[in-house]
Amino acid sequence: MVELFEVRCPGCVTVTEDGNAFNVQAEKWLEVAKILREDPDLTFDSLMCLTGYDKGTDDVLGVAYNFHSMSKLHKLEIRIEVSRDSAEIPSIANIWRAADWHEREVYDLFGITFSGHPDLKRILLPDDWEGYPLRKDYETQDYYHDMPIPKDKTDWE
Amino acid sequence: MAEQLKDFSLLHSDEMVLNMGPQHPSTHGVLRLKIHTDGEIVSRIEPIIGYLHRCFEKHCEYLTYEQIVPFTDRTDYLAAMNMNDAFAIAVEKLLGIEIPERVQYIRVIMAELQRIASHLVAVGTFGLDVGGITPFTWTIRDRERILDLFEYVCGARLLYNYIWVGGVSHDLPEQFIRRTLEFLDYFEPQIDEYNQILTYNKIFIERTADVGTLTPEVAVNYGCTGPVLRGSGVKWDLRKTEPYAVYDKFDFDIAVGDGRMGTVGDTWDRYFVRIVEMKESVKILRQALAQIPGGDVHAAVPKKVRIKEGSVYSRYESARGEVGFYIIAGGKDKPMRVKMRSPAFCNLSVLSEIAEGWMISDVIAILGSLDIVLGEIDR
Repeated sequence: MVELFEVRCPGCVTVTEDGNAFNVQAEKWLEVAKILREDPDLTFDSLMCLTGYDKGTDDVLGVAYNFHSMSKLHKLEIRIEVSRDSAEIPSIANIWRAADWHEREVYDLFGITFSGHPDLKRILLPDDWEGYPLRKDYETQDYYHDMPIPKDKTDWE
Repeated sequence: MAEQLKDFSLLHSDEMVLNMGPQHPSTHGVLRLKIHTDGEIVSRIEPIIGYLHRCFEKHCEYLTYEQIVPFTDRTDYLAAMNMNDAFAIAVEKLLGIEIPERVQYIRVIMAELQRIASHLVAVGTFGLDVGGITPFTWTIRDRERILDLFEYVCGARLLYNYIWVGGVSHDLPEQFIRRTLEFLDYFEPQIDEYNQILTYNKIFIERTADVGTLTPEVAVNYGCTGPVLRGSGVKWDLRKTEPYAVYDKFDFDIAVGDGRMGTVGDTWDRYFVRIVEMKESVKILRQALAQIPGGDVHAAVPKKVRIKEGSVYSRYESARGEVGFYIIAGGKDKPMRVKMRSPAFCNLSVLSEIAEGWMISDVIAILGSLDIVLGEIDR
């Protein structure tokens, strides 16, 4: 697959350190996504999973996409990492509809903006929630609708 | 006053927004549907979810791998064994441990019993949704017997914490195999009874055939899995196409919708796939109960789960479709990130697409055929 990308889109993908996935630059993502979907040797027609992650160490947030092809029966994982301050990734909701709600979920919990998404708003949390809870540096708001939010987490672990 | 009138004039006089839920018997939990209608014809549906959000993924970051198992129970509370199993398999992939054959068989037996129990609720409540009350009492009566079996095995009837990382909590009790076989002998003829009272009932067919057709392309694009995908005629079942545990040792078929009462992928097809799947599960159970080997169920249970750096995406066929766990291990006894890919989440997202152009009463039938569990959608 690496050779295929060298021909179709040179320099678009690099293999990750653990060798299980491809890293893609956010700016090149739409171009790569179209190849994944349309190339007759790839035909990734199914987006299995879309995961946001925050490793907490570097100043990056990431999204992992797990693709599967129903006809070719192969799989691929794509990882895109963006900086915490300007977390923006092009949306693929118009290519794989499954990404629609999943991108909203990542936006909701990690605060990554998906540009070009048809209806990007919070999905699991209330619309007026502050902050993005799954970020490692998240701090709970003090009050929600005048209700105090408990801060003591000693019994959580 | 003038301001108000100006606001009203912006509204389309022919579009009405109907709010269904979050407290509504037909939304199967706390789901709110914002239904945009033209007269009684649905033009668009906005499902609003999150009322049952319990921060499952955030909790996971504070818990050890063993402690997460009971939390997975509470995601899909109608198929808790499947969820335990899916999570255990994902962690075992990260650990790279081999599981004793007896444990694999026990897990298959539990998973299939749970699949039957979950489909019984799906079939029964679907009957309720379209106006048949008796089938519900019958299916719940038979599900009760499966819950009794679970209680016999692990003491719990709904949320089991039975399948552990590397094994199961208890070995099968002495009389379990005999009692399960007795149940299967009783249950198999019951499926034909459901068919007589509900499946081939003329009113039921009128309400469901040709309604809310989901084409295979749309289903795959929206990430639909399980009975919803198979109802559209796609022969896709992870137990067969990507066999895990010991599923490759059993002889069974994938149930697919064939448009027997109308179009392929209509509401009736999605319903009927579940009926056929229960029969297939009985087939698997009979084979598994006959072949089950001996062994120690705790042999591979690790004393302490501690995983080095790594990530895995593992998927599993639960009663509702593909459950995926994407786990990033951080080198500690707690995961750095757990994402649960919930099947009902994706299945529900297709609702607006297939309900468009149908009446409000058909929305109830279509939603019922998707068989959603809100605990799993909201997590």
